[in-house]
Amino acid sequence: MIDLSTIPSPLVQIVIGLIGVLAFVGLNGLVCVYLERKVAGHIQRRPGPFEVGPHGILQPLADAVKLVAKQMITPKGADPILYWAAPLISFAPAIACFLPLPFGPKLQNVSINVGLILILAFSSLNVLALCLAGWSSQNKWSLLGAARDIAQSVAYEIPLLLSLLPIILLTGSLNLAEITQTQGPWPWQWLVVKQPLAFIIFFVCVFAETNRAPFDLPEAESELTAGFHTEYSGMGFGLFFLAEYSYMVVGCALASILFLGGYQGPVASGWWWFLLKVYALLLVMMWVRWTYPRVRFDQLLNLAWKWFIPLSLLNILITALVVKL
Amino acid sequence: MIGSKLKETFDGVVSLLIGLKITFKNFLKPNLTVHYPRKTVKPEELTGYRGHIELVPKPENPFVPRCIGCGLCRDICPSGCIEVRSKRIAEEKEIHTPHFGLQDTPLDLTRKVAPPQKTKIEIVSFELNYNYCSLCGLCVQNCPAGSLRFSKDIYLASFSSRDFEFDLLKRLEKQAQARLKEEEEWTK
Ligand code: SF4
Ligand code: SF4
Repeated sequence: MIDLSTIPSPLVQIVIGLIGVLAFVGLNGLVCVYLERKVAGHIQRRPGPFEVGPHGILQPLADAVKLVAKQMITPKGADPILYWAAPLISFAPAIACFLPLPFGPKLQNVSINVGLILILAFSSLNVLALCLAGWSSQNKWSLLGAARDIAQSVAYEIPLLLSLLPIILLTGSLNLAEITQTQGPWPWQWLVVKQPLAFIIFFVCVFAETNRAPFDLPEAESELTAGFHTEYSGMGFGLFFLAEYSYMVVGCALASILFLGGYQGPVASGWWWFLLKVYALLLVMMWVRWTYPRVRFDQLLNLAWKWFIPLSLLNILITALVVKL
Repeated sequence: MIGSKLKETFDGVVSLLIGLKITFKNFLKPNLTVHYPRKTVKPEELTGYRGHIELVPKPENPFVPRCIGCGLCRDICPSGCIEVRSKRIAEEKEIHTPHFGLQDTPLDLTRKVAPPQKTKIEIVSFELNYNYCSLCGLCVQNCPAGSLRFSKDIYLASFSSRDFEFDLLKRLEKQAQARLKEEEEWTK
């Protein structure tokens, strides 16, 4: 693997990193679509995609070609600028979120000491994109989806941030590489052992923030056709789709860096351990999606305001006391 | 109050884990579906399949349905798609005439006495309008004679709704003829 820190100019380094991230995001989209459909299929005792390529492995590629080739239609009465800006606003910050992630010991694009804050800030921009998409579509389903998304994101952003505070208290750093290094290669040295509650709250909040089932109310296909992206066709929809999978990866990557020791593993630490952990968490997300029905809106908000926020506050209090003593 | 709430939450979490266990087990089990054009399911293995309803023949006569014409299926069908017409006919038997040796008796027994007639039901027509059938199965479940079952024709398709108005008696006849032919060929 290349050692990114040996490239002299920071600009060149960022450009190369960006190209790598874009390639990874595209590839990850294909892999995730395939995994998702296979997992869904096997949970329902059917084979999933099977016809295109051996075991249907080329199916996502065929789907991607179809999406790219499709006509992009702007609905009558929609705001043309906001309507087409929304998928871009959704996708672009997802790319930025990958930059401070330490994939391996030397494999990190930009090593900044506020990496965690950067990711949390950029991923919050997604709400704005979904709001714009729903607002500008001139469609009642889209608008309802956007309204739900805002209420949901506002509710879950708080426990998400609160659940990360104990980690910062324990490690004393916002730099993701440093947080990784404070944990050891063995599972009992990972922070999940010290902070199991924070890990559970964080992971559930990631579900809600990425609009994954059972918290997929903004796109609830059985109620709102497709929610905020009802009107999008072709790559407009494709970008939302890619962004959703990218945010899932960012969420799982954060979970594995903060709680599961990042790229460190019992034998031969390296980027493979990181990818292994990330994709294992992604598989759990898919597994959960195909197990649970969608929650009702009041249940969703009750869970955030009545359980996660008080619990994470309690967790911070206890951690602060333990750290101080 | 708080105790019961906590208990409720705990039970909820446990049930969530049970749900995950169930889907995981199913994930590991083999597929239930077949890869269709390359593999098909034999008609006799299509146990759960519901095609349109058809008549079940009597064991002794494959041309006659077991139906007794009670009309229960027509009355119970929520979509009103069954039409049964039946008539009562006398069973052919030698007609009892009074005993001629008794003619001299004072009682006038010369008139023919109506014998205690035995009648049977003949099904005149049995029509199904499959266009409205919801395949609920109520008719099959409730037929007292066991005369209805689901057919196994998985390739039923047409461009015209007319093709889904079935004369089930004719269908039974055709099936019986086909079976007879098959048996003849077997014996040859
Ligand atoms: S319920 Fe059965 S026996 Fe009665 S009319 Fe219908 S098919 Fe015939
Ligand atoms: S299956 Fe249900 S809807 Fe269809 S004919 Fe029978 S009773 Fe009527």
